[in-house]
Amino acid sequence: MCLGVPGRVVAVDGDVATVDFWGVRRPVRLDVVDEAVAPGDYVLNHVGFAIRRIPPQEIAETLALYETLLAAADGDLMAADVRGEVAGAGRRDDRGRS
Amino acid sequence: MDAPEPRALRPLEFRDPARARALAEALGRLTRAIGRAPVAVMHVCGSHEQAIARFGLRASFPRDLEVIMGPGCPVCITDVPEVDEAVALALGGVRVATYGDMLRVRGTSRSLADAQADGARVDVVYGVAQAVELARRRDEEVVFFATGFETTAVATAAALLAGPPPNFSVLSAHKYIPPVMEIVAEMPATRVEGFLAAGHAATITGWGIFEPFVARHRLPVVVAGFEPLDILAGLVRLLELVRDGRPAVVNAYPRCVTREGNRRAQALLWKVFRPVGGRWRGIAHVPNGNLRLRDAFAHADARRRFRVDAARLWDGAPAALVAECRCGDIMAGIARPADCALFGRRCTPEEPVGACMVSTEGTCRIWHEYGGHPQLGAAS
Repeated sequence: MCLGVPGRVVAVDGDVATVDFWGVRRPVRLDVVDEAVAPGDYVLNHVGFAIRRIPPQEIAETLALYETLLAAADGDLMAADVRGEVAGAGRRDDRGRS
Repeated sequence: MDAPEPRALRPLEFRDPARARALAEALGRLTRAIGRAPVAVMHVCGSHEQAIARFGLRASFPRDLEVIMGPGCPVCITDVPEVDEAVALALGGVRVATYGDMLRVRGTSRSLADAQADGARVDVVYGVAQAVELARRRDEEVVFFATGFETTAVATAAALLAGPPPNFSVLSAHKYIPPVMEIVAEMPATRVEGFLAAGHAATITGWGIFEPFVARHRLPVVVAGFEPLDILAGLVRLLELVRDGRPAVVNAYPRCVTREGNRRAQALLWKVFRPVGGRWRGIAHVPNGNLRLRDAFAHADARRRFRVDAARLWDGAPAALVAECRCGDIMAGIARPADCALFGRRCTPEEPVGACMVSTEGTCRIWHEYGGHPQLGAAS
């Protein structure tokens, strides 16, 4: 999906940050982001890479969409895509027969 | 058998209902002022379509405004020969890792899921870094079947520049969005009067990338975010430009997108990839629309490392249903899912015929899930 997911940086170790996504912590690579990133910052994550450091004044508005979706029912298509990004799991689409 | 009803939508969940109402009223006024019926605009992003359908936005659009999803689903436009290459590599004994949505997309006759069922080693990964890890842990060749637009291609590029192990290589089916907008704008059947560009892809490329397109085609482009209010606000800006006959690029998502974009990401992308012409499934040959590895990365290019024999997949005759699939027309904005005789009847998420029903970013899959034109009266 082309929708990045925002998370809060907990720690930075070289080119890899530990990022908290609504309680799920996982590594996010920093090779692509074009600003220095420090613990406490929020970054927009896409397939395991930070693509943007979110300016502090824009964090609340950025989080709103995701919080609406994460409150949605389990079967919701868009919410499932966002949950897959949050979990950082290779989400196989098991709806089909194979 | 009738097509099933999509799930009932809840009433609109706007964070600021008054602002949403004002934006919806502005869309109505602008559509009337333009005076042509219908006014058609296109977005090129599966996440935009998910948000439009998920939040029932079309219920607040004026009847004469058509917001069409173009070729914005990366899984859907990955071409048949590209899937064949991945299937042939997997059947040839190479471990293939890819994104989950790619598994069930058929090539000429088979999908990676079919190959897996026959014993081929196919792994679903969340991203390229997991595929690299897989290669590090194993004493065998691992090919990452890399799909997606420039936002995702940047991740593949970064992984290759970070020095993956020698048993890791990439089969690139990455695509580049700006050139396909030109193709869609030039299609004789296209009635599109403006484009809504996807915010997160523009985070990488910057909004300046659309300026040459606007100059050539005299069509406005507005970069928009994914929140329901972001989308409505983006559409209002786009219709204002259409009404004024003013072809320009407007950034309606300044909290994420700048004119220059992420220069570091662009440098990584073009260091590893070069644009080449190639087919997009169902659309056309798109000049400069495919991203292939540069010669400096030949050692990590699966096409050069392996002899990919896809010809043996061609003897399986394509299923008769595939000939009726209208995925291409739908992605070009010429047809809607409901115009396809297979939609919801013989083509469903459980038994998809076309790639547009396979991917969670495909127009048919999204409309099957939420409906394109919601009946909000039934919502609870």
